[in-house]
Amino acid sequence: MLKRARFGTPVGAVTPPRPAGLRKRWLAAGALAVLVALVAGVSLGPVSLPPGSVAIELLNLLPGVRLDSGLTEREIAIVTELRLPRTVLGLLVGGLLALAGGAYQGVFRNPLADPYLLGVAAGAGLAVTVMLTLGVGAGGTLSGLPATIPLAAFVGSLGAVAMTYLLGSAGGRSRSPATLILAGVAVSAFLSAGQTYLLQRHAESIQQVYSWLLGRLATAGWQDVRLVLPYFLLTSVVILLHRRELDVLSVGDDEATSLGLHPQRSRYLLIAAASLGTAAAVSASGLIGFVGIIVPHTIRMLAGASYRVILPLSLLFGGAFLALTDVVARTAAAPQEIPIGVVTALLGGPFFVVVLRSARRVLT
Amino acid sequence: MTGSPAAPAVELRDLRISLDGTSILAGVDLTVAAGEWVTVIGPNGAGKSTLLRAVGGLLPAPDAVRLFGTPIGGLPRRERARVVATVAQSPVVPPGMAVLDYVLLGRTPYIPPLGRESAADLAVVHAVLDRLDLAGFRARELATLSGGERQRVFLARALAQGATLLLLDEPTSALDIGHQQEVLELVDQLRRTHGLTVLATMHDLSIAGEYADRMVLLAAGRVVAVGSPREVLTDRLLAEHYRASVRVVDGEHGPLVVPVRPRRQ
Repeated sequence: MLKRARFGTPVGAVTPPRPAGLRKRWLAAGALAVLVALVAGVSLGPVSLPPGSVAIELLNLLPGVRLDSGLTEREIAIVTELRLPRTVLGLLVGGLLALAGGAYQGVFRNPLADPYLLGVAAGAGLAVTVMLTLGVGAGGTLSGLPATIPLAAFVGSLGAVAMTYLLGSAGGRSRSPATLILAGVAVSAFLSAGQTYLLQRHAESIQQVYSWLLGRLATAGWQDVRLVLPYFLLTSVVILLHRRELDVLSVGDDEATSLGLHPQRSRYLLIAAASLGTAAAVSASGLIGFVGIIVPHTIRMLAGASYRVILPLSLLFGGAFLALTDVVARTAAAPQEIPIGVVTALLGGPFFVVVLRSARRVLT
Repeated sequence: MTGSPAAPAVELRDLRISLDGTSILAGVDLTVAAGEWVTVIGPNGAGKSTLLRAVGGLLPAPDAVRLFGTPIGGLPRRERARVVATVAQSPVVPPGMAVLDYVLLGRTPYIPPLGRESAADLAVVHAVLDRLDLAGFRARELATLSGGERQRVFLARALAQGATLLLLDEPTSALDIGHQQEVLELVDQLRRTHGLTVLATMHDLSIAGEYADRMVLLAAGRVVAVGSPREVLTDRLLAEHYRASVRVVDGEHGPLVVPVRPRRQ
């Protein structure tokens, strides 16, 4: 009898639940993660700097603050001209990849969707490779990209996502979440083959393209940050404004239409925004895989399944995740740097198994 | 919402729908008065769900469908969503979504695009949840509920939409007989207390006959009979259009359709 009574107690009767939404403590945790990543990203490296002094130097960047950190001129230069832009780029690129991943997962109602699995990154990659082998970025390193490269990457990424979507829906009504991912894998393979062919034909660019392909955060001072920032802002604003709509879309297109939405219109807009963000991220730092799946999925498991929670937190934790991964990439085998894409792949591979296990219900 | 209060809730004039070149509805005329419960029956493939989808605005029929006097093509989507709410045959259950959040989706036509729900929206949702005895389930994940509980939640979402026309596509097909009755009784009560109009499709003819004011028999995309359950549920019509061997007997609330195994030739 006792047991019955206990289980019979309605769960929601004690405190009336609030609707899903971003809780303050999660927002604070995300902001804290970004701050930690910022300080760690700037302090750690071949020359280790005391985090306290670094934090003071970071504060000095604020207008009107003038504090003595005890760092030398050269150390200050390392902070403000080398590591800070690199860390900020990591925050932007990681945030974009995670946000785009979360948006794709919502748009396609597929927990496995991610800029890489959908072939979006490969499309951007091929476009950038074409630009480089044509000599657009020639005359130097990839650092200091011409502004046309992100645009070419955007065209490439949209082309790829369109191919994946068409191929994935070729099966008509038998289309399932798994079909879409299989289509993405096929499209990625196809585009990568094109890229390999181009590289074979232009052996002189191999070194340059390859180091970029493996994924790395460029060290061109603030230039790359300035290049990515507008795309970051545009992508984030568009996707975050649609976070509630993504929740509505999760009930399916018919129901969303019955509720007064234009599902197809929202879907195209969100795909465009997520692909633009991916393109900007790929242009600046090559192919960095798995961020778009690791980060949103972890948030989904810990903080809630609503896109009102997943998207803003993906932006924050995605950035922090990539900036911290970059610290590992440049310190684990110092003085050599491991390409950051290799580190995320090493982390992402095993994690993907976890996602697959929890997503099995959706896939079957 | 334009249209006069006296206008019928639903008016179909020569509704024709083709999908992939196949004619599904071949000129349907039907009028459902405000406050009425009309149930569409018919064999598989007769076009029942398509009819409901057209009335719900999911298929283009801008002039053939009128809701409360206004052609559906003249209603912006959000406005249409405040007039007509649909409970699909097997609605998608989003993973990880709580009952409260699911029902709150019903307020979408009132929440500004890109905006968030107001206190008034929440008040409506809590009232609906209380009305359907779902208050204790608010924090529960929808996916963990039983079939009968889920059906009530789907209904709650539709009611939260504040629409006076309710479209129910096979509302009881996933339920056992007890839960079928529970859900239909609930719909009937709500219809009376909230002044709802109900347009439903159903497979179980006896149950359909017990709740409907009028029934529509659809076959091959055409209306072949309209009238009271007693007029539509006849041995002859059912034999002809369902190719079924049945006997219709008089029940307390309407005719009961009993399947009878055909005699061997």
